[in-house]
Amino acid sequence: MSKTILEIEGLRKTYGSLEVLKGIDCAVHEGEVIAIIGSSGSGKTTLLRCINMLEDFEGGTIRLDGEEIGYHAEGSMRRRKSEKDIARQRALTGMAFQQFNLFPHMTAEANVMLGLLKVKRLPKDEARAIALKWLDRVGLGDRAGHFPGQLSGGQQQRVAIARAIAMNPRLMLFDEVTSALDPELVGEVLQVIKGLAADGMTMLLVTHEMRFAYEVASRVIFMNQGVIGEDGNPREMFVAPKTERLADFLKTSSFN
Amino acid sequence: MTPSFLDQLWLARNVILSGLGLTVSISLLAILAGSVLGVLVGLSLTYGNRLIRPIFRVYTDIIRGTPVLVLVLASYYVSSAVGVNLDPFSAGVLALAVFCSSHVGEIVRGGLQAIPKGQTEAAKAIGLTFGQTFAYVLWPQALRQFLPAWVNTAAEMVKASTLLSVIGVAELLLRTQEIISRNFMSLQFYFFAGALYFVVNYGIERFGKYVERKTAVPS
Ligand SMILES: Nc1ncnc2c1ncn2[C@@H]1O[C@H](COP(=O)(O)OP(=O)(O)O)[C@@H](O)[C@H]1O
Ligand SMILES: [Mg+2]
Repeated sequence: MSKTILEIEGLRKTYGSLEVLKGIDCAVHEGEVIAIIGSSGSGKTTLLRCINMLEDFEGGTIRLDGEEIGYHAEGSMRRRKSEKDIARQRALTGMAFQQFNLFPHMTAEANVMLGLLKVKRLPKDEARAIALKWLDRVGLGDRAGHFPGQLSGGQQQRVAIARAIAMNPRLMLFDEVTSALDPELVGEVLQVIKGLAADGMTMLLVTHEMRFAYEVASRVIFMNQGVIGEDGNPREMFVAPKTERLADFLKTSSFN
Repeated sequence: MTPSFLDQLWLARNVILSGLGLTVSISLLAILAGSVLGVLVGLSLTYGNRLIRPIFRVYTDIIRGTPVLVLVLASYYVSSAVGVNLDPFSAGVLALAVFCSSHVGEIVRGGLQAIPKGQTEAAKAIGLTFGQTFAYVLWPQALRQFLPAWVNTAAEMVKASTLLSVIGVAELLLRTQEIISRNFMSLQFYFFAGALYFVVNYGIERFGKYVERKTAVPS
């Protein structure tokens, strides 16, 4: 097996008294495309958000290329890293959101350039060249000067993916990136993700598109009530689920 | 023969101009100082910790709940009572600036809190620090959003500057009253002063619209 990029051990996360992640163990290897499936509320989004430290978590460790994310040990104490360290670590993983979250006051190009300029501190020319390259890759080279409000949902999501991927992350996280889109715009976004998968990008993608998961993922993780219910290759899991939970879930999901 | 209004206006021109000049200076100073202070208030209301936030909450609520005239009088008489001898002009500008800051503070807070959380999260996700997120993502959006309300506050400050007449600041209203006490043309001169206030505020409003247009995001 290829090199391990991400190692999650005993990850626990609570919101108040609600335990949302109840001990997640999982290793992600270079080049893996992992689809995360599971019913609403099972903790899929929370898992991605912890990996990117958009949420603090109470227990367990997450390591990216061997480096602990978000926390470090101080004697027997567990301490949150400094905001500066966390910001640096966040730049190592890219994230695409269900709601795109493009910066509405910036052009597509400026959206992609912001991180390159301010986080990577690249010179303007270089940042622009990278931004244009990625906008081109997602099929929007001719929309670089457009503002998000001038783009369709599918186009906005593709810009958002370009913005994340342009940072050259070690790992991409996609959280239901097609759920907010009109059905006719879903395909263009999935196409972009497929392209990235073919390039060997390591990614975790939360999705309700079972057919897409089946076709693109090299591995599927089924989340169930805050734990990993099943973890395996798509063929086995979709065709012969080992647990009743997954079988039930698959029955209620649509394969279109 | 009764003197005509235009003759009287010509005679009073310098007095009126100096009053208008003072009104504009008071308003500008109050808006400027009030806005700087107001941004600090707004940031404290939005991002302050458990100690800071309630302090500024109480500050804005008290100031906003107090008539400006009371603030002006308090600023003048209280300051002299406690031995900080502010001249009427400074005391008046201070009162207006404080008043302005509470409004701008609320406007800034509202503008920042209206920005969807996804904006901050997207900024974090590409590795921006909080300072960078604020400077490049949050503030530019908040500015556009609260510009109209801010212009409105600026116009309110011009109107409120008339209240400084009660502590003897010779701004436009007090000057107008002086002139009327000499020529008894109250209707004409009050009307004329009203027109001047309107012109100033109309200018502010046009300027605001212009900036709004200039900074509008295409969609
Ligand atoms: N900010 C939050 N505060 C409180 N509860 C939350 C918050 N975010 C998510 N939850 C709860 O955590 C659980 C898991 O949510 P989530 O990770 O979004 O699930 P999924 O993405 O699988 O639908 C749900 O019960 C949800 O209500
Ligand atoms: Mg979710």
